[in-house]
This record gives sequence, structure tokens and C-alpha cells, in this order.
Amino acid sequence: MRFVFKTSYAQDLGLFRDPVQRNWYAGLFLAALGLPLLVPAYLPDLSLVFIYGLCGLSLMVLAGYTGLVSLGHAAFLGIGAYTHVYVVQDLGLPWILGLVLAALLSAAVSMLVGVPALRMTGVYLTIATLAFALIIQEVFTQWDRVTGGLKGKPVDKPVIFGISFAKDTAFFFLCLAFLILGLWLTSNLLRSPTGRAWVSIRDSEIAAQSMGVNLAAYKTLAFAYSAGLMGVAGALFSHKIGFLAPDIFSVLLSIQFLLMVVVGGLGSLHGAVFGAVFVAMLPVGISQARDAVPALFSQPFAVLGKPVVNAVFLVLDRFVKQPGLEPGIFGLILVLVILFEPLGIYGRWAKLKLYFSIFPLYKRATFRRQRAYMRSERLR
Amino acid sequence: MTFFKADGLVINFGGIRAVDGVTFEVDAGEVFTIIGPNGAGKTTIFNLISRIYDPSAGRLTFCDEDITQVPPHEIAHRGIARTFQNIELFEHATVLQNLLLGRHTHRRSRFVEELVFLPRVRALELAHREAAEKVIDFLDLQPYRDSLIVNLPYGVRKVVEMARALCTEPKLLLLDEPSSGLSVEETEGMAFWIQDIRNLLGITVLMVEHDMSLVSAVSDRVLALNYGRPIAVGTAREVQEHPEVVKAYLGG
Repeated sequence: MRFVFKTSYAQDLGLFRDPVQRNWYAGLFLAALGLPLLVPAYLPDLSLVFIYGLCGLSLMVLAGYTGLVSLGHAAFLGIGAYTHVYVVQDLGLPWILGLVLAALLSAAVSMLVGVPALRMTGVYLTIATLAFALIIQEVFTQWDRVTGGLKGKPVDKPVIFGISFAKDTAFFFLCLAFLILGLWLTSNLLRSPTGRAWVSIRDSEIAAQSMGVNLAAYKTLAFAYSAGLMGVAGALFSHKIGFLAPDIFSVLLSIQFLLMVVVGGLGSLHGAVFGAVFVAMLPVGISQARDAVPALFSQPFAVLGKPVVNAVFLVLDRFVKQPGLEPGIFGLILVLVILFEPLGIYGRWAKLKLYFSIFPLYKRATFRRQRAYMRSERLR
Repeated sequence: MTFFKADGLVINFGGIRAVDGVTFEVDAGEVFTIIGPNGAGKTTIFNLISRIYDPSAGRLTFCDEDITQVPPHEIAHRGIARTFQNIELFEHATVLQNLLLGRHTHRRSRFVEELVFLPRVRALELAHREAAEKVIDFLDLQPYRDSLIVNLPYGVRKVVEMARALCTEPKLLLLDEPSSGLSVEETEGMAFWIQDIRNLLGITVLMVEHDMSLVSAVSDRVLALNYGRPIAVGTAREVQEHPEVVKAYLGG
């Protein structure tokens, strides 16, 4: 096990724990840069991973750090996407301005909703955001002068300062850059008073208030920052899918974002990225399994003769081609994660790291939750 | 000058009058204790001072300012910090992070500066850290600096909560049953710390407490309550011997 020897308080303010950790992240960054050479066929999927990473980051700030669960984040993605496309294509303004306006408008709308909605707590807030998302989806449908309504709106390839990002490789790097920017900004906030105030609201509102945290202001700020990130993700997302239609920004997408942060691991930025990889790559995995599974699993029956193999193949083939399979698997995984690993993929990752760093002294009880009785008489 | 004064505090919860016309004054630099049987309204008075509850009648004055209508999060900015009877720490954060949140009232950096973590923010963060470290030294919390609260024993959590309140650099410290759930030794330690807070840091302490040994050891003046009404004020000894107080505790 490695111990970090600390000689100054400034060491605790760095983005990385120590040079070793920094080098690991540098290596990861170089690996990401090398991906277009290694897996050129998957570049569009990887761009989606990065965009989802931004979405995960956005919801992680809100749900994972401030403790406010939103079921309406697809609406902010939509606001970002439509604003960006409208500003760039219909008004002819520069691409980067479209992105900034997407973030600002998304944040502004969230504040408009947030001011009344944040007076609610827990599940009531979640329901309010759900209702808000449905309203916004209706606005996308009805306001066809701007959004193109149900006919949809085609999106051009991004051109920034005269440089075209039409190629998959170029767009991949663009998304990677924005994800890294998002991660940097968010971790800056989290090591500042703002981030501490958010975490305090999540853990104990009453204590946060007694320490001088203005609950309404910081909740609104978290909501606005989260929506702003979602707006940026929306601008990139519009280029990724190439065609905007209101039904893309459905409640189902919001649920997928929530799944992302829960499966990834609430309360860590790693979790947002892990979750994004998981949610964006799972459909790819499923579609590949569709082709491979029937052939693979019917082989062992070869000893029973050809007709048996064919029969098993047909049954499996019909099963994997069922249309509802994907949401079903998503749901199953969500249930399993909540049951067996409440801290998500990040939790598993942390345990694995600890296991190897203190080998052979790891004991299971390290992460077992202790029951606490002292919080019974909560105020309000 | 009035340092702190509660004047005719009343609060009704439905038909129950939990605090019924409580008036007392705390002078700067003293340790003032509120005692009373269960349900006497001691913690409710604290929650009124923290502005978690709105009083039905009465006035609160702090440093010559009427704080009866001040929003709850502003109370800490005025210089009143508190602890809770059932510890309210941020459980999934380290001791250090808890203490740094105690520095929230001294926040000088703006959101946009923090977003890009300007050198100014870094310098301010270092200053907050220095201040938190002073409190860590004062209360001997060095071994627990980087432990998560969930992993700490109850007695240490009590101290951490007091440390977090001290990080706000308050003028008035409200301690809600500092010794509840502590062992005899830990309670003795708590008495020393309360004396040190008053003598070395010059912070006025207003506390609610049941443990009479702690009350007698540290309090300058004691107020006894029963059913939300004050029944006696004076030194610990005077109050303990007051016939009304004996009656309230033992019946008769």
C-alpha cells in the first residue's frame, strides 16, 4: 500500500492525490487519444459515451452531490440541442456562440422552474421535474417555427471557426475535449466552497443551514449548473444524432440518465463516466450478442444431433430478437445494482483497488454499513 | 449594550405551548446553561434562536440587533454557531471537509472564480485550511482529520461537531447537550474544552445540559425551565437548591 507523504496544505488542493495518480490519468488520456487508431469502427459510439459522460456529470452534480433527483433532464438536453441548432442554422451565428447560448438558456429555464420547484423536497421535486419534462416535450412539438415540430429538424455537421468537424475522428476529439473541460470545471467547483455547500445540503439540510448555507440559493445554483452542462451536452448531442425530433427527448431518456449515475455510483465523478460508458455501450453489446448468442449456445447440443441444435437455435434467436429486450435488460441491471452494489460500478472499483493495495489483508466488513441509531429525532 | 437577550419567547405547536414567555439575558463572556426535565422546551429555545422555528411571540436580540425576523442561514453570518443534540454532521465527508464547511460564512470567492479555480481561490482555500487546522489543534482532532464521519465513534463525532461550530469563529456558541451519550471521562474532557473555549477563545457559551456535574463545573449562571416556563435563575448551586426546581425534577 502506498502512503502519500504530505508536507503542505497546498498538496490537498491539487486535482490529483499525488504524481503517481496524475500519471495514471495522463496515461488514460493518451489511451483515449489513441482510440481512433485502435477501434475506428466504434468512434460514433465512443463520441456518444463522451456526450453521455457530460450528461452523467450534470446529473451527478444534482443527484450525487446535492441530493436532488431529477427525472426531467432530457428536457434540458433538448433545450440545449434545439437552441444550439436554431442559433447556428437559423440565425447563422457562430457555432461556439450557439453552444454558449444553449448552456445559458438551459440554465435560465432551470432557474425559472427551480425557484418554485426547489421548495419541494425528495420525491415531490422529482415528480415536478417529470411534469416539467413532459411540458417541454410538448413545447418542442408545438413550436414548429423554431423546432420544426413533429417533422423534425435536420442538423448540419459542426463547423467551428471555419474548421469542419464532420469526420468521425474530428467529432470524437471534440466530444472528448468537452468532457474533459466539464470534468475540470466540475472538480474545481467540488474542491471550492460551492461544492462543499452542495454536499452539506445532501447530507443534512438543517446543519447546512445552521452553518450559514442559503439552501434555496445553493439548490438553485446546483440546478442551473447541472442544466447548463446538460445544455452543452445537448449541443453536441444534436450533431451526434443529426436529426432532432421531440420524441427523442422523452422521459425514457431521463430515466436512462438517472440509471447512468446510479449504476456508475452516486457521489463520484468517476461514477458519472463509468455510468456513461455502461449506458452508451450496452446497446452496442446487446446488438452484438444478438448475432452471437444463438449460434454460441446451440453448439453444445451438437451431441444430440442436428435437429436439436436447429431447434435450440431457433428458440434462442426468437428470444434475442424480441423488441423489448433492451429496456428489460436495463431494468434488470438497475435492480441488481441497487440490490448488490448500492455504490455502483465506482463502489466495486474502489473495493477492487483496496483489495489489491492491502493484499492479503482485505476484509469484507470494511465496506459493510453500520446501523446508526442516533439520527432518529430529525427536526422537520 | 445587550449581547444576547430573549424577551418573552412564546411558541405554540397546535394546542401545545412548548415555550411560554421565556426571558433571559446572556452577557458577553459567560457560560449560561439552560436545564430542565424532558420536554421542558430547552431544545425548542435553541431552535428558536437558530430561527428554525418562528416564535409565536417575543423578541430575540443579538449584539443590539433584533434577529427575530432574520432568515435562518443568516444567523451563522451574525456570529451564532450551534451543535445538535442528535449529531448532524455530514456523514459521507471527512472531518476536515466538515470543518471546512464551518468556514462557509467566511467565503469570499465567487462562483465564476471557483469554476476555473483562480490563484485567489487557492489562496483563500489555504487560509480556510489554516483556520480549520487551528481548531483541529485546539480540540486534538489530528488523528481523525481524514476519516469519514461514518467511521468515527460517537464521542469523537460530538467533538467534531463542536469543532465545526468553532470554525465559523462565532461570538455565541450554542451547545445542545454536549455530554449526551458520552462516557464519564469524555464528559470531563468536554468540561475542560468548554472552559477553554470561553477562557482562551473568548466565546460566549449558551448550552442545554442534563449532566449536573458538567453544569456545575462550567456554568456561570443557570436557567431552569419546566413546561416551557422559567422557574429559577442563578448560579448552579442556587438553582439546584431552589424548591421549584426540586419539585420539577422529583415531583411533590
